[in-house]
Amino acid sequence: MSDLAAGGTPAVPTVPRRAPITMIGPVAWARANLFNNWWSSAITLAMIYLLVKVAVSFVSWAFINAIWVVPVSPAGVANTEACRAIAGVGACWAVITEKHRFILFGTYPYEQHWRPAIVCLLFIGLYVVSAMRRFWRWELALVWIAVLTLIGVLMWGGILGLSYVPQERWGGLPITLILATFGLAFAFPLAILVALGRRSKLPAIKALCVLYVELIRGVPLISLLFMASVMFPLFLPEGLNIDKLLRAQVAIILFAGAYLAEVVRAGLQALPRGQYEAADALGLSYWHKTGLIILPQALRLVIPPLVNTFIGFFKDTSLVLIIGIFDLLTAGKTAIIEPAWQGFGVEVYITLGVIYFVFCFAMSKYSSGLEAEFNRHRRR
Amino acid sequence: MSGASLDPRLLRKAPPRPLRFSWSDERFRNIVYQVLVVAAVLSVFGWLWSNTRYNLEVRRIATGWGFLSREAGLPIGEHLIDYDPSMTYFRALLVGVLNTLKVAIIGIVLATILGTLLGIARLSKNWMLARFAGAYVEIVRDLPLLLQLLFWYSLLQGLPGPRQAFNPVTGVFLSNRGLKLPYIQWESAHSWTLLAVVVGAVLTWFYRRTVRAKQMQDGQIRSIWPAALLLMVGLPLLVWAALGAPFTIDVPELRGFNFRGGLDVSPEFFALLLGLTLYTAGFIAEIVRAGILAVSQGQWEAAEALGLSRRRVMNLIVLPQAMRVIIPPMTSQFLNITKNSSLAVAIGYQDIVSIANTTLNQTGQAIEGIAIIMLVYLTISLSISLFMNWYNKRIALVER
Amino acid sequence: MSAAETVASSVRKGVPAITLAGVNKWFGALHVLRDVNLEVAMGERVVVCGPSGSGKSTLIRCINRLEEHQEGQIIVDGKELSNDIRSLDAIRREVGMVFQSFNLFPHLTILENCTLAPIWVRKMPKKEAEALAMEYLERVRIPEQAGKYPGQLSGGQQQRVAIARALCMKPKIMLFDEPTSALDPEMIKEVLDTMVMLAETGMTMICVTHEMGFARTVADRVVFMDRGEIVEQGVPEELFANPRTDRLKTFLSQILRGH
Repeated sequence: MSDLAAGGTPAVPTVPRRAPITMIGPVAWARANLFNNWWSSAITLAMIYLLVKVAVSFVSWAFINAIWVVPVSPAGVANTEACRAIAGVGACWAVITEKHRFILFGTYPYEQHWRPAIVCLLFIGLYVVSAMRRFWRWELALVWIAVLTLIGVLMWGGILGLSYVPQERWGGLPITLILATFGLAFAFPLAILVALGRRSKLPAIKALCVLYVELIRGVPLISLLFMASVMFPLFLPEGLNIDKLLRAQVAIILFAGAYLAEVVRAGLQALPRGQYEAADALGLSYWHKTGLIILPQALRLVIPPLVNTFIGFFKDTSLVLIIGIFDLLTAGKTAIIEPAWQGFGVEVYITLGVIYFVFCFAMSKYSSGLEAEFNRHRRR
Repeated sequence: MSGASLDPRLLRKAPPRPLRFSWSDERFRNIVYQVLVVAAVLSVFGWLWSNTRYNLEVRRIATGWGFLSREAGLPIGEHLIDYDPSMTYFRALLVGVLNTLKVAIIGIVLATILGTLLGIARLSKNWMLARFAGAYVEIVRDLPLLLQLLFWYSLLQGLPGPRQAFNPVTGVFLSNRGLKLPYIQWESAHSWTLLAVVVGAVLTWFYRRTVRAKQMQDGQIRSIWPAALLLMVGLPLLVWAALGAPFTIDVPELRGFNFRGGLDVSPEFFALLLGLTLYTAGFIAEIVRAGILAVSQGQWEAAEALGLSRRRVMNLIVLPQAMRVIIPPMTSQFLNITKNSSLAVAIGYQDIVSIANTTLNQTGQAIEGIAIIMLVYLTISLSISLFMNWYNKRIALVER
Repeated sequence: MSAAETVASSVRKGVPAITLAGVNKWFGALHVLRDVNLEVAMGERVVVCGPSGSGKSTLIRCINRLEEHQEGQIIVDGKELSNDIRSLDAIRREVGMVFQSFNLFPHLTILENCTLAPIWVRKMPKKEAEALAMEYLERVRIPEQAGKYPGQLSGGQQQRVAIARALCMKPKIMLFDEPTSALDPEMIKEVLDTMVMLAETGMTMICVTHEMGFARTVADRVVFMDRGEIVEQGVPEELFANPRTDRLKTFLSQILRGH
């Protein structure tokens, strides 16, 4: 450049030149990101080889050699000999074809399956509406109450011409969604109270909250579920009996409450002290200060970790399998107890995995999107 | 403030304030609130306790810890200490605790290694590697651990029998009976060698301290690694050679319908370990990645501008800061592995939960059974949190 | 101006708005306020200055009990500050405060920031509270920002909103805790102008600040604090012209060098 200037050439605006082909385009991209040195090239090649190999064998197992339907005798016993013959070579998706209704809805009366199906859709609708920021108002709590009531009506029936279905016959995906959603709906207010209590300046209340949170977080969920299934009946007076699902639900609420409380507490701690002081200086009472100034900010701050915690509970509801509650995973495990279908666990678990993955992946993408948005706002 | 401390009036202490018994007095009100809350909580617990006492009596359920010294009569497949069903419940539970610790500790080591590698891979410049690690983390974290455990367990059960076992490398067999690995015949010489490694590590640490102290005196930088190598590799080798350098490998062999010799990894343990490791590695990868990203580019630039070499920037500036971010969530992952190992009960590995659960069913003493489970986990959690608090205090950044 | 006349007369009459008698405060073992005696008359404007760590912020934070004093008496508007919640609530209603870091509520709009306390503490109807808020926003000359969020405003604008927010409670006394320290130089003036305007209305003000120009223009009295005690006080011209103590001399020379 300086040469040109020294030569006294008139300042003709130079036409912007395209970067050399080695700097842009797919070739350059591959050079920069896949083959930037011999070590990186070796990794790329090895991974391509492995991926192709795994993909080929998976496709041939899951699709090319797979069996989708098997003959079923009029008595309802499936003939799975064809599946057994290809074990290890091809997948037996016939188990899904045959059992998908059972896996999704458990032992709910077959002809009434539309009810749990609607319930699942209602749950999904509830999640979607709750995820949208323009619906973040106090009225959302009313929507939750209404939808959860509607779900109860649909599942139990007994009114509006719906036949009554006892709770023992519920199963599958609705149970998973019920445990997770009701767990959150009750654990969340509990968590807020505990988090506030843990930040309280009253020592006895603070100590109680610390004790609760640390006790629950120190033990595995299973021990709480065991407690719910074998110890709760001992706790209650004679004659008062609550069913197993409700007991497990209580255990999950207590468990979730402790973890959510820690998330909320992080949000409370992250608020600058000036916010508390400004509210005090204006003469707001403790509950006005908390409800109008502190919580709206603190909760907004912790929504991404809250969603992540919720993903954790959604997965953890599967633990009720161990105390014999009929959730999605238990339904899947039960479906392959029948002698004809024994040994096809891998196919069933892959299918269940897809269902769980869809829910959790959607939530985790939502949470990271929200986090990115919040960070952008904070920087501004 | 130093000037102020010289003032003799500083010695006057704040006077106590008398308490007024009036509802408009804040302190009185606070005391009343606390008494009410504590009383409510205590009465709920008292009510539950009296119900429980009554129910236990009505159902003729024994209470107390007497069962611990009774014969367990419960078979346990894997035990680190000597055990047979004629021993006491206490012994059985102890075996369970050791089994929990065994899978937890091995799982922690493996998950940390795998997770760290994946975390670094996610930040790799190689697009393919970063994408692969990202996909792995996403998939593994979005599936319930119990589902993964059942998947691995049923995959292992679907493997061919011992006669058609996979045999990728000589001496390694994978079949529906689990994994068989070659194993050196353990002799006392090996234990001494192991001890020598530990001694070597401790000596290295002391050596490093003295060398650093010397450096602070005269400014000379001396390299530590030759001595470290000598102490941690040379010393054990010397011990091993002095004791006759025993080295016999016990290779598993197919005899009839099963294997003989070698190290035996049961399908239950293998599935549990595999599930726990793969699952937790996904979380650890995220922690490691976040820790590395937490050290801002500015820190690198500032340190390099001071003329420090890349290695020293890493050791003196970046790692200490990254560790501060990594270690607290990492410990909670270690705790999670320990707590999640309780899922063993679903696939039949006999950890403390599984054995306490069997005990509970055999004796009918639900309260004691669950109390044992909770006590074991609380002890583990509490000791780890105490350590963490101590550690956090030690490394906490001093900030205004 | 009649307002100024009434102020002057009330200052002369010496109706006490705030009385501190023998106030002591400790942070742990640190003695941060030592036997502080101060009387502020209704309508008086007092500027508190002193080196950092001298206890001046703590002093005014004790007046609305953001900090608790441990010994002595603080009487605000005829009510003594104690553990009594009713008197505390009453005092906080009458005392407005402006902070160094503004402390606006970022999740509420400017208008909502201003109407919050009138609605929930004064139990004013929303319409009325909004009209009042707009009136004060106009007085601090930013009515057009009412619908925005604090994050969208400059520091000087935020601080003016904070003043309007405090005024919406119609307080008898205003406390300012270094209101201009967190501001860029070009924004200091707009905030000081607002404060001067407020002083002209006859508001009782206690202001912790290093702005000596402001002290000269509006203060009836300047109080100099160091190491937790009041070292000197007096009319600004006199105090600045002939400081009696070495401590004030040193402080003034540092302040002047800084400017």
